Amino acid sequence: MTKEKIIAVQNLSKQFGNFIAVNSISFEVYKGEIFGFLGANGAGKTTAMKMLIGISKPTSGEALVAGFDVKTNTEMVKRSIGYMSQKFSMYDDLTIKENITFFGGIYGLSRNQIKEKTEKLVSQLELEDAVDKLVGSLPLGWKQKLSFSVALLHEPKIVFLDEPTGGVDPITRRQFWEMIYAEADKGTTIFVTTHYMDEAEYCDRVSIMVEGSIEALDTPKNLKKKYNVASMNDVFLKLARNVE
Amino acid sequence: MSIIVQNISKSYNKAKAVEAITFEVKEGELFGLIGPDGAGKTTIFRILTTLLLANEGSAIVAGFDVIKDYKAIRDSVGYMPGKFSLYQDLSVEENLTFFATIFGTTIEENYDLIKDIYIQIEPFKTRRAGVLSGGMKQKLALCCALIHKPKVLFLDEPTTGVDPVSRKEFWEMLKRLQQKGITILVSTPYMDEAALCDRIALLQKGSILKIDSPENIIKNYDKVIYDVRTQNMHQLILDLKNYPSQYSVYAFGEYIHYIDKSAGFNPKDLAAYLEKNKHSEIEINISRPTIEDVFMDL
Repeated sequence: MTKEKIIAVQNLSKQFGNFIAVNSISFEVYKGEIFGFLGANGAGKTTAMKMLIGISKPTSGEALVAGFDVKTNTEMVKRSIGYMSQKFSMYDDLTIKENITFFGGIYGLSRNQIKEKTEKLVSQLELEDAVDKLVGSLPLGWKQKLSFSVALLHEPKIVFLDEPTGGVDPITRRQFWEMIYAEADKGTTIFVTTHYMDEAEYCDRVSIMVEGSIEALDTPKNLKKKYNVASMNDVFLKLARNVE
Repeated sequence: MSIIVQNISKSYNKAKAVEAITFEVKEGELFGLIGPDGAGKTTIFRILTTLLLANEGSAIVAGFDVIKDYKAIRDSVGYMPGKFSLYQDLSVEENLTFFATIFGTTIEENYDLIKDIYIQIEPFKTRRAGVLSGGMKQKLALCCALIHKPKVLFLDEPTTGVDPVSRKEFWEMLKRLQQKGITILVSTPYMDEAALCDRIALLQKGSILKIDSPENIIKNYDKVIYDVRTQNMHQLILDLKNYPSQYSVYAFGEYIHYIDKSAGFNPKDLAAYLEKNKHSEIEINISRPTIEDVFMDL
């Protein structure tokens, strides 16, 4: 793997009143890497991710995403990244084609580019017969695969995936990860959160947040060795005590 | 029997949500409905808690018919829906008092039942429910579903989106409730949680594919699964899929689960094939199947 830094985070913090949601975290993510960003509910993952995608201002610290400062250059940060979450990905009351056209437009693609991308994406996902169906009528697994592809429409350098596979059936979950692998092979950086610990094993490196801090960061193999356990689930259970 | 479901079907407009569902849950049993999003789990819960009428079939819960005796059922069951459904602008304590009151009871009367769970959120009892963290919301919702001491507890995906630590704690709570004699019907998309139930029904696209204890389901699985690992896992998936006699190839944590369809399969041949395709650090070992393996092969 080339060690070109694509995300560089230095002492990044976010405070809400007296509550420190993210407490001086530092880490780097490399080009083409699949980086798993784990932590218990309330550990600060979402807050950290919001700062990295340029929609929440850090209280202190620095972060460069695709070379742009998340404090001063949020517009360029947003142009360089793709984002999908379990909660929000696409408009249920627009068709597949309309959603692609809409997001293509937002990302500044030309009419021709959108047309080309739509054809390619629809045939890759084998959705030819469904392009005029409302997204709301699709099974969750299809929706998630589609919104991953839509998040990649503008060929971002990094794509942020916030629990992309929650509730998705086991087979589709694996197809989804094969899409992630293929995209990472092309050089796109994948920044992903998940509560499925088998998926943590698919990441090149994994960080585990506990109470606003990064408690561990390494390859799954090294983490299991370090904590002397058989699975990432056990690593997680050892580290992420449930503090509310 | 605590729950008897016979031939229940339900459609929304033309879309079939569940079709000819039949199962029984014994008294004091912890029974799991296991299936992905869209399998029909929530529809079954809503029918059994009398919030939805089935198109066909009948169901009895705690001795009462879901249509004729719906009021008696509402008194005898607790229901924790999949979406957080408490009053966001009431405090923790106000929510609990509210639910106790509408069931004609008080927090004190059944405090024993919820004590274990409630003490974990009691320090925040004046906080509004809307601002609680995911784990705390889940505990409060469980307390509210238990406050009238139900005979049967319905939990629709209580652990979806919940981290592994909180999930583990939640299942420990369920085991303790079960010991107090409460029948529990719980649904989950997490296959690892299936193993914690007494019996499970595997659901897909509105139908039950299998009902048995998790141990029996695994024991009766008749295919041999191999754990395969090499230095390049993504390439390994692609290469295994191209192996002529492959039956299925699925990523499974740090290994790939590989099943071959030929009777004379020899792992050495596969190792040689992988070596030829430039894999190194090749490991191929027989694996123990899990509920997830069985589910994916149905």
